[in-house]
Amino acid sequence: MKQPLIDYTLHLADTTLILAQCNAEWCGHGPILEQDIAITNISLDLLGQARSFYQYAATLRADGSTEDSLAYLRTEREFKNCLLAEQPNGDWGQTVLRQFFFSAYQHILYRQLQTGHPGDSQLAAIAAKALKEVTYHLRWSSEWVIRLGDGTDESRHRMLHAISELWMYTGELFEPASFEAAIGIGTSGMKEEWTRKVEEVFDEAGLPVPEKTFMQKGGKEGLHTEHLGYILAELQHLQRTYPGAEW
Amino acid sequence: MVTMHTGTDISTHRIWSLLAEVMDPEVPVLSITDLGIVRDVRLHNDETEIVITPTYSGCPAMDAISMNIRMVLLAAGYKNIRVSQVLSPAWTTDWMTGQGRQKLKEYGIAPPNARQQVCHPDLFAAEEAVQCPHCHSYHTHRISEFGSTACKALYQCDDCREPFDYFKCH
Repeated sequence: MKQPLIDYTLHLADTTLILAQCNAEWCGHGPILEQDIAITNISLDLLGQARSFYQYAATLRADGSTEDSLAYLRTEREFKNCLLAEQPNGDWGQTVLRQFFFSAYQHILYRQLQTGHPGDSQLAAIAAKALKEVTYHLRWSSEWVIRLGDGTDESRHRMLHAISELWMYTGELFEPASFEAAIGIGTSGMKEEWTRKVEEVFDEAGLPVPEKTFMQKGGKEGLHTEHLGYILAELQHLQRTYPGAEW
Repeated sequence: MVTMHTGTDISTHRIWSLLAEVMDPEVPVLSITDLGIVRDVRLHNDETEIVITPTYSGCPAMDAISMNIRMVLLAAGYKNIRVSQVLSPAWTTDWMTGQGRQKLKEYGIAPPNARQQVCHPDLFAAEEAVQCPHCHSYHTHRISEFGSTACKALYQCDDCREPFDYFKCH
């Protein structure tokens, strides 16, 4: 029972860390100052969540690992983040859409986790703590999807492109990995609720919800797209080159 | 805060008053007790344990706050000090004291509204009426939901034209 819980906690940690890392790439490059600050604040919130999950995973493992060793010294195949989180920033529209897909999912997930599902009080505490932040992320990203989808021809064109780039990575969110099945984390019902949210926002934005199509998966089990290797190379570079470096 | 330690043990009274001198590094007029992040003070034999909770998951001030607590208590003669963090129940702006809200306002940051109005995912919600901490006008508008730190949003006053931070509802 313990290994699946560790794996699940690491999955939550890796997903939030990798998305935080990608969003942080916007630091100093946002389209305007306020939105640069917004996306980096979202990054910081996600990083904080990742730290809580890693600390908890380290406690569960009780093998001397720390939040730092788990983030900096695991290999690509050991990372259990969902594929959506590691997709490239692309343009602002693609970053915003990735955040919207993810926040809509996280908002449902954390509401479930905070009620004690799957019966773990520390995961419930982390989720309850983070839920208000996620609410801000969801509202902010939803409003941007609408603004761009219902904006100019150019912004709409970019959002259509972003949808075609990212949609195939959304299916994995609702396909339980082996560790999720083992601890009885229910992904059923989540998909319907998430789809309703996407339909609501896309409808407002004048964007089409894609038809049923092939969905990529594997991230939760350590099988990633080519992007994760580059992200980790940058993220882990310092600790790999100068082990134990502090500042 | 009031609701959290009504049964304050007389032996921890001095520690609580020392903690009231530890300031938030990002909002230096606000003490950690004003902010409501000290959850408990426990004495186990010769060890003093201070339990704190973060405002936001990613609040980078927590490490500095833990260190400052340690420094203040060491200076007051406490030797064996442990600062631990709890997440549950999650911190809310409701725990900020009235005195804390007043200090924030005097510092030029609009304190969180008493009634939380925007903690839901509904889109394009009507903006909260936030009072300008400089000229006290309610004629203000939001520039950005995200501000200079995780806990603040950026507003501007339409009367005195000053931009200001709002300690947002959480």
